[in-house]
Amino acid sequence: MLRVEHIHKTFFPGTIHEKKALNDLDFTLAPGDFVTVIGGNGAGKSTTLNAIAGVFPVDSGKIIIDGVDVTKKAEHKRAAYIGRVFQDPMMGTAAGMMIEENLAIASRRGSFPGFRWSLNESQHQRFYEMLKELELGLEDRMEAKVGLLSGGQRQALTLLMATIKKPKLLLLDEHTAALDPKTAEKVLELTDRIVRRDNLTTLMITHNMRDALRFGNRLIMLHEGRVLLDVDGETKSRLKIADLMEMFEKAAGGELDSDSLLLG
Amino acid sequence: MENLIISTVAQGLLWAVMALGVYLTFRVLDIADLTVEGSFPLGAATAAALMTTGHSVGFAIFMAAVAGMLAGVVTGFLTTRMKIPALLAGILTMIALYSVNLRIMGKANISLLGVDTLFTMVQDKLDLTSIQTTFLVGLVATLVIGFAMYWFFGTEIGAAIRATGFNRQMIRAQGVNTDMTIILGLLISNALVAVSGALVGQSNGFADVGMGVGTIVIGLASVIIGEVLFGTRSFKNCMISVVLGSVVYRIVIAAVLQMGMPPNDLKLFTSVLVALALSMPLLKQKVQRRKAGC
Repeated sequence: MLRVEHIHKTFFPGTIHEKKALNDLDFTLAPGDFVTVIGGNGAGKSTTLNAIAGVFPVDSGKIIIDGVDVTKKAEHKRAAYIGRVFQDPMMGTAAGMMIEENLAIASRRGSFPGFRWSLNESQHQRFYEMLKELELGLEDRMEAKVGLLSGGQRQALTLLMATIKKPKLLLLDEHTAALDPKTAEKVLELTDRIVRRDNLTTLMITHNMRDALRFGNRLIMLHEGRVLLDVDGETKSRLKIADLMEMFEKAAGGELDSDSLLLG
Repeated sequence: MENLIISTVAQGLLWAVMALGVYLTFRVLDIADLTVEGSFPLGAATAAALMTTGHSVGFAIFMAAVAGMLAGVVTGFLTTRMKIPALLAGILTMIALYSVNLRIMGKANISLLGVDTLFTMVQDKLDLTSIQTTFLVGLVATLVIGFAMYWFFGTEIGAAIRATGFNRQMIRAQGVNTDMTIILGLLISNALVAVSGALVGQSNGFADVGMGVGTIVIGLASVIIGEVLFGTRSFKNCMISVVLGSVVYRIVIAAVLQMGMPPNDLKLFTSVLVALALSMPLLKQKVQRRKAGC
């Protein structure tokens, strides 16, 4: 479903700020793969997701989504294939617009906006049912501006928006990192439920090793802009946090600053 | 006295079309677009130049709108494709338009005395006084444009433009080209401003290259006065507020002139008014903090 082929990306080349963010990044996702992505600070986790989403062009390599080479496509063109949830709850929604308006925009993701009225009765019913499933009471506040919602509610809504039109690829960039533990847990459970229900091919960055092991069928560890570890299925389900730390140290060939990995 | 009130309200309605354009960039797109300083006289100049050379009033106003659209597209192109900060892009277009307006008119001022304008035509046809005519034309223009805007910003493309103003990252992730929505927003805004310029020019009986000075500040004053007095609950509410804000602004101006303020101080007065209104949120915060004792 997703093929990331030998991607290189250097930020600020030729300056003192030069940073090799992605260094021969290469991996493939099968349809329905739910992959958790971990790695220390500066390992290239967010850069990987942003490269796939087209936030910036890559220096070399290819990105192929469902057989389509999107490497040269602009961010808004790739949106036809990709649903995204960001770390910052403010980033995924238009705060000054109603919940229903945000959902209506998301339900048209990737298609050119036309002159039809944005809101209509048939989709109103559909949105109502979908919001009800979130169990946050949002179905009775569809005319409320999104800016009035809490961070957790906004992330749940953004998740619904990212998946309301089934994406070929779902990108979750530490989408629970800004939430309190209880809310984060709820949003994670919701994520797991939606991803499984719709069998979505998903990349989920997390800074929490326990979550990385608990969720998904596959785990990728990034280090210095490349894949350091890629485990799936049986192997992953037997992994412990201690194992991860050990594997990381061995593969990286040096002492690991465990704090940066756990907290980063 | 009654005449003064009606003519003041009528002026407010004519200028409300411009204020709606400024609202569109300043609030909806979240861009302070100075192009309007040039597109307001551009509309007046285009319409006047066409009407004095024998073209119909309808065609003249239509071409004023088209000229405004082009001005908006230039600013939009500069800020999206060339990545020039929106404020500077607007200034560049505004300055360029000064020369363009002189070119269109061939001189600094065109008089419309003895030329058929929208106002003289309506006045003759309906047998009204000149003040009643201005009021009627202003009211109809504001209503027509207001309803058109309400419809447009409820459509898919209109919703995409509004979302662009709130959160560009979000709407890009939803597959919308934000360069396109920003250019489109500036296009519509400047078309409205140019039409307003064409109407005001005809109402005044002349088009002048300097008539755009302070347009942005008058627009902002209308938007802010409207928002404070009449609310911002929904898009519809905001639009009504802006129109009423434009009328209230004219009433305030008329009142201070009646009280003896020299007309030359008008722009100073308006700027101070807008500066105060814009600093209000911060000043309020400071007062509250002082009250809370920190």
